[in-house]
Amino acid sequence: MWSRYLQPVVAIVLCLAAVGVPLWLALITSAKSQGEANIPNLALPTRWHLLDNYSTAFTQGQVWAGLLGSLLVMVPSVIGVILFGSIASWILARRGSRLAAVLYAAAISGVILPPAVVTLVLLLRQLGLASTPTGMIFVYTGMYMSIVIFFITGFVRTIPIELEEAARLDGAGPMRVFFSVIFPLLRPVIATATILVCLYIWNDVFYSFFVLGGGKTTTLQLNLFQIASSNLYQNNWNLIFAYVVISSLPLLVVFIVAQRRIISGITGGAVK
Amino acid sequence: MAYPLVESPPQLRRTRNGLRRRTTRSRTTHPLAFLLPAFIILGVFFFLPTVFNFIYAFTNWSSFKDDIQFVGAKNFVSLLSDGSLVAAIRTTLIYAALVGIMQNLFGLGLATLLEADTRVNRFARVIFFIPVLMSALAVGYIFQALLKPTGAVNQILGLFAGHAVTIPWLGSTTWTLVVVAFVNSWKWAGLAMIIYLAGLKTIPEDVLEAARMDGAGPWKTFFRVKFPLLAPAVTFNFATALLGSLNGFDTVQATTAGGPAQTTEVLNIYIFQIFGYGLYAQATTMSLVLFLMVLILAFPIVGYLRKREHVL
Repeated sequence: MWSRYLQPVVAIVLCLAAVGVPLWLALITSAKSQGEANIPNLALPTRWHLLDNYSTAFTQGQVWAGLLGSLLVMVPSVIGVILFGSIASWILARRGSRLAAVLYAAAISGVILPPAVVTLVLLLRQLGLASTPTGMIFVYTGMYMSIVIFFITGFVRTIPIELEEAARLDGAGPMRVFFSVIFPLLRPVIATATILVCLYIWNDVFYSFFVLGGGKTTTLQLNLFQIASSNLYQNNWNLIFAYVVISSLPLLVVFIVAQRRIISGITGGAVK
Repeated sequence: MAYPLVESPPQLRRTRNGLRRRTTRSRTTHPLAFLLPAFIILGVFFFLPTVFNFIYAFTNWSSFKDDIQFVGAKNFVSLLSDGSLVAAIRTTLIYAALVGIMQNLFGLGLATLLEADTRVNRFARVIFFIPVLMSALAVGYIFQALLKPTGAVNQILGLFAGHAVTIPWLGSTTWTLVVVAFVNSWKWAGLAMIIYLAGLKTIPEDVLEAARMDGAGPWKTFFRVKFPLLAPAVTFNFATALLGSLNGFDTVQATTAGGPAQTTEVLNIYIFQIFGYGLYAQATTMSLVLFLMVLILAFPIVGYLRKREHVL
């Protein structure tokens, strides 16, 4: 009785109430006129202003600049953190010495310990990297290195060392051993780590505000933050929600396309 | 030496210290140098600012002064005396505890509800993952609108109650913190759900069958069998939810910006605001306080959760 009829009904009702309502609100408010949007109820707009609101968001909200900025800071960070993190994880996993254990503890401390934002800005200023995308990339790489090392080190330990020895007997140096033997086998956990790091970086506002603030580079989330905070737009809920929809779309589209891969990617690498 | 019939491999060759396996192999096969790129980046962009935190919290660094001088514990004293230190710590701790509990309740509840691999369940799992993908900021703004006195939540409640409902969800100095924690838990519940689902799948079928044979109903099976076996997933989920929300900002900023009357001002919001005022030394002091708080909480909590994993 439960599993046949009640459970699916409960599941669907929960979906509608818990997720459907908020998303519905975002969508229809983004299509309302400014006046109507100020009362955030669930009624449909009397007249649809979709094109107006979205095109205003695009122009005044600098969607393209934000999109490019987000990609610019995310892609190199993810590449850097996966590349350097995986090769470091391999060494930490294979080396059994006391030093390696201490280094490992230090390396994964970033999973729990928060980055020191204020002094980070100071450091970047001293390095001449404040408000630059390069600075942001280094910051993200530093922040998320720990979680990558955390996931990958455990996974490397499950790879039999005989595979490495075989490659070494064939005359491969450590670089070769890593890239031709280990790296391909790390695919599941690299998928997990990539997805999580992309998720965190793409949606970040706090750190990018401190690092990129005042500079020329901006991200989608920073733009959203600006639109919603600046007094001019204080009551432009329709614009804010248009931007909410726009800024959420890229990840949602990627998810819908690669959905099964993503979910299995997260669980596959996390279950050690 | 007698006649070695077979050449012994380099690892086992006799040395002055006797037989030694794995001589200096590691140095050539797993060079420490490969650790350099990761550790240089970690060192410069993560550890160094943390070290600076300890130093600059004891100075008078601000945007109003050109030079920086040591002022001892003056920042700590002033923040303690005007109450903001204690208030921020309290708010952050309560917020984090609430998120830790709620996020896991929601995630575990969803995972148990949607455990079977039916069409409806798979669809529902995808739906609940959508908030995870949206930015916390976007989620915060949506809920700020939903929870307005004239907003959708009150509208729906009004339908059920039969009269107009105007609860100020985000205007209560006592309860709004709970509401904001709820919003954050709502956003991340889908991720917790997926990890719990994976954990549920690792429970061996024969254990469940044994429980069924012993006559255990669904609730008993859950509390006595499934939940203890989910301990690794609970560790991961609870630790990341709790310690992650100590560091939270986006959701709170977007729903209440620290209000009403600073009752939802978690540490990062405080840091964000006084940084904006140019009071860098105070911001650093609070950043240091946050760091110490996480450090002090992390070990006992993770330690306790890890111990639970050794249930069997």
